[in-house]
Amino acid sequence: MVDIGDATPVRAWQRRLILILLLAPALLWLFALIVLPHVQLALLSLRERVAPHVYQPSLAQFHTFFAEPLYWQVFVRTALLSIVATALTLLVAFPIAWVITKVARGRASALLFVVCLIPFWVSETVRALGWLILLRESGVLPALLVKLGLTAVPVELLYHDATILTGLVYTSLLFMVVPLVSSLESLDNSLIEAAYDLGASGFATLKNIVIPHAAPGITAGCIVVFMLTLGNYLTPNLLGGKNSQWFTELIYTQFIVRFNWEQGAAFGFLLLGLSTAIVAVGLRLSGQRFVDVMRRS
Amino acid sequence: MSAAPSVSTPDLSVQDLRKEFAGHVAVHNLSFAVQRGSFFSILGPSGCGKTTLLRMIAGFIEPDSGEIVIGGRSMRAVAPNRRPVNMVFQQLALFPMMSVGENVAFGLARRGVGKLERTRRADAMLERVGLAGAGLKRVDQLSGGQRQRVAIARSLVLEPTLLLLDEPLGALDLKLREHMKIELKQLQASFGTTFVYITHDQSEALVLSDHVAVMNHGRFEQLGTPQQLYYEPATAFVAGFVGANNRIFGQLKSSDGDIAEIETSDGWTVRAKKSGPIAAGDHVEAFVRPEAAILERDASQLPANQAHYVGSVQSLLFDGANSAVLLHEDLTHFEFRVALPQTGRFADLKVGERIYFSFDPRRAICFPSHGGPHG
Repeated sequence: MVDIGDATPVRAWQRRLILILLLAPALLWLFALIVLPHVQLALLSLRERVAPHVYQPSLAQFHTFFAEPLYWQVFVRTALLSIVATALTLLVAFPIAWVITKVARGRASALLFVVCLIPFWVSETVRALGWLILLRESGVLPALLVKLGLTAVPVELLYHDATILTGLVYTSLLFMVVPLVSSLESLDNSLIEAAYDLGASGFATLKNIVIPHAAPGITAGCIVVFMLTLGNYLTPNLLGGKNSQWFTELIYTQFIVRFNWEQGAAFGFLLLGLSTAIVAVGLRLSGQRFVDVMRRS
Repeated sequence: MSAAPSVSTPDLSVQDLRKEFAGHVAVHNLSFAVQRGSFFSILGPSGCGKTTLLRMIAGFIEPDSGEIVIGGRSMRAVAPNRRPVNMVFQQLALFPMMSVGENVAFGLARRGVGKLERTRRADAMLERVGLAGAGLKRVDQLSGGQRQRVAIARSLVLEPTLLLLDEPLGALDLKLREHMKIELKQLQASFGTTFVYITHDQSEALVLSDHVAVMNHGRFEQLGTPQQLYYEPATAFVAGFVGANNRIFGQLKSSDGDIAEIETSDGWTVRAKKSGPIAAGDHVEAFVRPEAAILERDASQLPANQAHYVGSVQSLLFDGANSAVLLHEDLTHFEFRVALPQTGRFADLKVGERIYFSFDPRRAICFPSHGGPHG
């Protein structure tokens, strides 16, 4: 038997050790795969090659970004399209989450959730290729439009901004539905009835009761979807082709095609700064705190 | 009928209202009226259809057939947010994302009342329910009883024709519930709004109401004043549900006018007033209120014209003024509950002691019985 008098300090010490051991894999992971490469990239982005194998610290990479209109135009375009994609995803996901939590009962509700999940059993590449088969000029949908007499000749449905947005919304849907479902599930139905009973219209109930209650879930979903969309490479590239002009493609080009790691690293940091800034602005506008959002979603 | 409601128009009139759920009849062709300014309760066990009835009046459930008329106006195809009716929900359903004042002003805002005016009216209403100055508080800063008052204030500020209350005291602890009963009755009296209250707690219904409808299996067993329900129950269900009662199953042996002599299967004979047509040999159930029976240690002190019984004390149920004793009748071991006199005369009663008791057959009542002894 351990004497209780000195068991207490031992126990506190043991508890701390257990905590460190439990967190160790995650901390190692974070450090080795996220912090270290980012430090390396930060150093890369802040230097300039002046001669073969000769480098000096410089802000030239960032200067290039602002001097070359194509770069910052693609940057702004990526940001705007990502915001639009996030908003569209929210508009599509909200009614789905509403049906899952408030309209469907029991098995039907679970089934609907699975239906949302099913597309994610297939890899993103395969899904995007599926879209190609459907939308290309010789594909399923253009042929159908001709058969229905809506268009005279098959039209090319790929390589438009709308196509990219469709693909991005499709890819992101689940990541919006999940936090929305969890926040709508905790909304007591009698609150909705009470609002209705007190004379509120459907819209007033949505605005005054449902959205304020679901705000943390909405914010969490928007943050996740926005970040995924902004950093997405595959979907814009496959569905938008050369027209997509997605910022991640510029980064890819710098690293892999041009072998200009310094420029690519600078672009990477600009994208990181952009997503952080937009999320911060979004949180400020919606009056939410990041910690609350992450805890409640 | 004139379009403008006159003083004699009932605030709520329900005609032949019916609702079925998947073959199960929840509300069985009900018709009743509630007078203006009265406190009307619907009392019944859970699953009796009272919640369905209330939600049909509020408009959340569409009736299969029948008519609901509120303030002289038919509610057919009128949505809940357009009815002159407000509801206090079982869990109160206060909006946690709003302050107390915003909760009370919510309905006014929906009617397009300006911000200054609705704040003024919300504050005035909070003052009337004894929560002056609480407008800026958060809902979770209030106690259970205060929340109750906010829920009522939120509805009454809209000056509804009817206020519906769905077991609002159910979530409170006993002490607070007793307190809120009195407060609810006083609130209703001071506002004069017609209250329709549903509950499974017979004490709430008796204390609060002007009229009570006892509901069972989708029908009203009896509609009357609390006194009528208690002293003149119309059915065996009402006699068993409202107040404490000794229930005695047996067969009718003979009748002397409206007094029946009943014999239990164990051979115990009691006498009770007949309710409804009962012939000799019929199965009956008789009800005797605990306070209708009297105790005596000396048999000669009992009224001579009443049957005397002997029992041994099984347990003493001390509860202040509601104290009672459980007796086992000597011959049959029938468990019989007798209220102890409030004078404290039998305060020295011991478990196991034998004692005489009797009751006036005019204060006992018997009904035809369809089942045997059960429950």
